[in-house]
Amino acid sequence: MRLRPERGLGLVLRFILALVVLVFFLFPIYWLAIISFKTPDEIFSFPPVWWPEAIQFANYAVLFKDGDVETIGNSLFIAGASTLVATLLGTMCAYSIARFRTGGNMFSDWIISNRMIPPIVIVFPIFLLFVALGLVDTYIGLIMLYTAFNLPYVIWMMRGYIQDVPVELEEAALVDGLTRFEVFRKVVLPMVRGGLFATAVFTFVFAWNEFIFALVLTRNEVTTFPVQVTHYFGGQSNLWAKIAAMSVLGTVPIFIVVAFLQRFLVRGISLGAVKG
Amino acid sequence: MNANADPLAVGGGAPPKRARRRSPDRAFRYYMIAPAVFVILLIGLFPVIYTALKSVQNVNMFDMDTSYQGFIHYKALMSDTRFWLALAHTLIFVVVALPAELALGLAMAYLFVDRMPGRPVFVTLLVLPVLVSPIVAGATWRLMLDNRYGPINQILGWIAGEEVTLLWLVDPNLVYPAIIIAEIWQWTPFMFLLLWAALSNVDQSQVEAAELDGASWWRTFRLVVLPAIWPVVAIAVLIRALDLFRLFDVIWALTKGGPGTMTETISIYAYVLGFQQFETSYTAAMAFVIIVLLAVTVTIVLRRIEIDR
Repeated sequence: MRLRPERGLGLVLRFILALVVLVFFLFPIYWLAIISFKTPDEIFSFPPVWWPEAIQFANYAVLFKDGDVETIGNSLFIAGASTLVATLLGTMCAYSIARFRTGGNMFSDWIISNRMIPPIVIVFPIFLLFVALGLVDTYIGLIMLYTAFNLPYVIWMMRGYIQDVPVELEEAALVDGLTRFEVFRKVVLPMVRGGLFATAVFTFVFAWNEFIFALVLTRNEVTTFPVQVTHYFGGQSNLWAKIAAMSVLGTVPIFIVVAFLQRFLVRGISLGAVKG
Repeated sequence: MNANADPLAVGGGAPPKRARRRSPDRAFRYYMIAPAVFVILLIGLFPVIYTALKSVQNVNMFDMDTSYQGFIHYKALMSDTRFWLALAHTLIFVVVALPAELALGLAMAYLFVDRMPGRPVFVTLLVLPVLVSPIVAGATWRLMLDNRYGPINQILGWIAGEEVTLLWLVDPNLVYPAIIIAEIWQWTPFMFLLLWAALSNVDQSQVEAAELDGASWWRTFRLVVLPAIWPVVAIAVLIRALDLFRLFDVIWALTKGGPGTMTETISIYAYVLGFQQFETSYTAAMAFVIIVLLAVTVTIVLRRIEIDR
């Protein structure tokens, strides 16, 4: 908390401390990744080896050969479709709240409170409902549920972004004869494009990583990747290679996408509490 | 809420136009929220009503009795030791992991608030654990903590100078530390990121002034820095407290609530009851108790911290 940049010993100490912190938080990810490149002998060698003889991809090849990677495709489709729907419906709702104060504070509070309900409480009645409707183990079931679960987040975030758009622009467009919906689509949406994109990505990440709903509501047809990972836990521990390889396959896409979003990172994960 | 939140509805456009547009506008604003509200009701209304309804019936694997049974399941729940223990386990995780994450996150935020070579890279890399699926985080720590092939015991062995074979996920004394370490690893970066952003926004001139006046570090922190970052701290703590209260994934991946039921949280217990023992009505009663408990707590907390919307 000082204006003048410090020099010398203080800075060096701080830098070393920063490196130590970084090692603690990255080492587990490194360990997971490196296991996925090891041979079975190297995985189960004692003492553990920190760097394999050769980087080899046999553990991944097995996943592709057995079709386990299809679960990544399922995750992609379910998370993608629910993100699309949630972002569209949520932004419309957020616009109405931001511009017309529709429903007042009570309505906004109610919306965000839905985000706070523990999944375990929701999943039980939803499971029975889905059984009755034949939606268990279907794409449409999970997509609907993730859409509902993500909507409060989208509405909350987009309301913040839309409030930052100057109203004068919309008034001008109205005078020019655009309808309300055209104003929303042609004036507001382009203005909040960045925030919209960031919100969509975080929505996608939530759906991608989600576990309880997927565990309860899928069987064999639409298993998502986190559920698939837990299928490798079992009595015999020789599935470590699959656990590691599958986890890496399911994690790398998220890292890549979010790397492009640093600007929105803080606001995105803080429900807009900090305007990043 | 900002002052011009409703300008289009009342002030925009020329008067004659406004008069003509008034009623379509009214409809428009409700068209816009209708689809979202409809979908949210799927998780926000239906489950709550359904749960309340089932909890006063008697439905389980063998019995489909949907007649009104009164509060028998609530009574049974009150004397269910396993439920109270699960609640206690859940609170242990909240009470231990949350302050630890907050303290570590704040320390890290201080570490990175001043300029340093490579700071943007540090911050980006530090956030990676937050983005990992909790199931993957659990799996990772399962591999890390393995008594024979994991690196944790190996590193401890180097320090101790002899072979270490701690059974992290089986030993009753170690299983809580193991889960809490995994939680801290995944979520401290979340605290860090929020607090770091908040600290960066603190008015520097006030901090300088306090230091010039000879205020100690602690006084400066308490009287200048803390009030400035308080809203963010409150939000971060609230989000994490709610997450920890529903803790499921990491424990599922690490211990499945074991050994025995030692690390069983209320989420895990509810899952076992509902999906392995098919005690529909009993699970519903428990779920409803959780909803009420949470609603009351959150309302009280929100009243007290008065977060600015």
